[in-house]
Amino acid sequence: MDITEYIKLVFTDYTLRTITLGTAILGAVTGMLGSFAVLRKQSLLGDAISHAALPGIAIAFLITGAKDSNVLLLGALVSGLIGTFWIRGIIKKTHLKSDTALGLILSLFFGFGMLLLTFIQKQPNANQAGLDKYLFGQAATLVESDVWLMALVTGICLMVLLLFWKEFKILLFDTDYTKTLGFNTKFIDILITTFIVLAIVLGLQTVGVVLMSAMLLAPAAAARQWTNSLGVMVFLAAIFGAFSGVFGTAISASQNNLSTGPVIVIVAGIFVFISFIFSPSRGLLFKQIRFIKNRRDLQLHKTLSFMYHIAETHENISHPHAIKILNNFQGYTKGTLQKLVRKNYVKLDGSMWSLTEEGFNTASNLYNQQTENNE
Amino acid sequence: MMNEDKEDSLTDASAGVVAVKVDDLTVAYNYKPVLWDIDLEIPEGVLMAIVGPNGAGKSTLIKSILGILNPIAGSVSIYGKSYEKQRALVAYVPQKGSVDWDFPTTALDVVMMGTYGSLGWIKRPGQKEKKLALEALEKVGMLPFKNRQISQLSGGQQQRIFLARALVQDASIYFMDEPFQGVDATTEIAIINILKELRKANKTVIVVHHDLQTVPEYFDWVTFLNVKKIATGPVKDIFNDDNLTKTYGINYKVSIQE
Repeated sequence: MDITEYIKLVFTDYTLRTITLGTAILGAVTGMLGSFAVLRKQSLLGDAISHAALPGIAIAFLITGAKDSNVLLLGALVSGLIGTFWIRGIIKKTHLKSDTALGLILSLFFGFGMLLLTFIQKQPNANQAGLDKYLFGQAATLVESDVWLMALVTGICLMVLLLFWKEFKILLFDTDYTKTLGFNTKFIDILITTFIVLAIVLGLQTVGVVLMSAMLLAPAAAARQWTNSLGVMVFLAAIFGAFSGVFGTAISASQNNLSTGPVIVIVAGIFVFISFIFSPSRGLLFKQIRFIKNRRDLQLHKTLSFMYHIAETHENISHPHAIKILNNFQGYTKGTLQKLVRKNYVKLDGSMWSLTEEGFNTASNLYNQQTENNE
Repeated sequence: MMNEDKEDSLTDASAGVVAVKVDDLTVAYNYKPVLWDIDLEIPEGVLMAIVGPNGAGKSTLIKSILGILNPIAGSVSIYGKSYEKQRALVAYVPQKGSVDWDFPTTALDVVMMGTYGSLGWIKRPGQKEKKLALEALEKVGMLPFKNRQISQLSGGQQQRIFLARALVQDASIYFMDEPFQGVDATTEIAIINILKELRKANKTVIVVHHDLQTVPEYFDWVTFLNVKKIATGPVKDIFNDDNLTKTYGINYKVSIQE
C-alpha cells in the first residue's frame, strides 16, 4: 500500500487507527520522561529497566497460564521495579559504579527472562506461542483497551509532571541543595523513577524489551539540541516521540508490514541525526560554520593589527605600504586586504595599501578584554 | 568585657548567642571515620573559615550539619533547636563542581530555586519570587546575565549565581563550600563584599576555605579541622604556627607560606 492509501486508511481502518494512536501516545510519554532520564545521566537506566521486565512477563504467564496483555504487563512492572530498586541498592551499598550496577542487573534479568521463555516454549501449552513478541515488540497486537491504558497513564504522568514541575527541576539540577531546602528528595526520586518504569512497561508490547530504551533516549537527546529550557525540551521530546510513533507506523504499514518497533526507533534516530547536525546553537553544521567564520575574522583582525602596529611608528597613520611589507611572510593574502577595503578600514591607492582613520580606531580597540567583559 | 570599640564584634560573638552547636559528631563512609567526635560552637555574627588538608572532612562537616549526610553519632542544633525545625534560617552554597552546568536553564532560573524552600511543595514561584531573585543577581553583579544559559557563564560567574541563590533564601546562617575555588579576582572581590555585608547584618557565615594566606584578611573566626577538631576560635587568637602545624602535620610557618 502506498502513502496516500495509508493516510486514507488511518481515518477509516480501525486497526491502523488504534496502532497509530497507540504508538503516538507511547512516543509522547516516553519522550517526556526520557528527558528526565537523560538529564539525570541515567540514560542506561531505561535499558536496564526494560530488560529487567522480561522475567516478570514470563512469570506472569507461568502463574496465570494466559496471555492477557494487562496481566503480563503487571508482571513486567513488578519485575522492572524490582530491577530498578536493586540497581539503586547496589550503587548505594557497594562501591560499584552505576554503569556496572546497570549492566549487571540488565544482563542478569534478561538472561533469566530468556531462560524462562525457553522453558515456557517446551511446555505442552498451546497458548505459549507469541510471548517472544515482547522481545522486539509487535505493534499490530495493540487493541483499543491498550491504547486507553496508555492514554490514562500519559494523562496521570502529565498531571504529576505539571504539579511537581518545580520539584523535578530542582532535583535534576542539584539534589543536595534540594535536600537542604526541606524537600523529601527520596519521594521525588521515586516518583520520577516509577513513571519511567511505567512508561517503559507500556511500550514493551509495541517496541519490545531490546529497543525500548531508544524510545526513552532518542527524542530527549534530539530535543536537547534545540533548546536551553527544560520546559521546551520536555515538550519537544514529547513531540519528537509522538511523530516517531506516527511516521514509524506509517512507514511500516505502507512497506510490506515491516516490523513496527524497529522502524519507530529508526525514525527517532533520524530525528536525533538531524538535530545533531542542524540545530542552530549546538548542531555540528552551524558550529563548523561559526568556526570557519571566526577563523576568517581572526585573519582579518591579524592583518589589521599588523598595519596598526606599523602605523604607530609613522607620523601619518595612513602612510601607504606595499603588499609585500604587509604580507610579512605570514601568508595573509590580498583577499584579506581587499575585505578590509570593503569595510573601509583600508584604502588601496595603486599598489599601495594604507590604513584609514576608521581602521586605526577599530584596530586600537581590538580584543580589549575590559570592554568585552562589560557587555 | 573588652572596652575597645574595634573589638565589639568579637565581644558580641563570644558573649552572645550560639548560632550553630555541634555535639559529638562522628561520620564515616566505610570503616574509617571521616569526622571523629566533633564538638563545635559557632557564635552568631562571625565569618568563620574551616581550614584543613584535603580529606580532612571539611565538606563532610558542612554536609552533615545540613543533613545531606547521615552521621553515625552526634547532634546539631541551630539556635538551640534541631536543624529540621530551623531549616528556614540556613542557606547552603555547594561546591560549584557538584552540578552539571550544561543543564537546560538560565541564570535567573537557578537563582529562583533559592525561593523554592519557602514556597514549599507544588506552589510555583511568582512575581514576588522573581523580584527577590533579580535583587540577588544585582547584589552579585550578575543582573546583565540573567537570561544566559548557565553553561555560557564563566566559572566565577557560575559561583556568583550559586551565591545569589543562597542570598535569595534570606537566611541567618550561610554555609559555603569553597566559594573561592577557581575564581578570578573580580569574583573573589564580589564574594568578599557579600561576606562583609552579611556580617554587617549580623549573619553567621561558615566557609570551607583553602587559601591560608587570606584567612586573617577575610575571616574573624576559624576552625582547624583534620578528622578531629584541632582548634576553633577568633583568628587573632588561634591562627598561629602551632595550630597550623598540628592541622597540616608539617612544620608550618604563617610567615613563609608556600
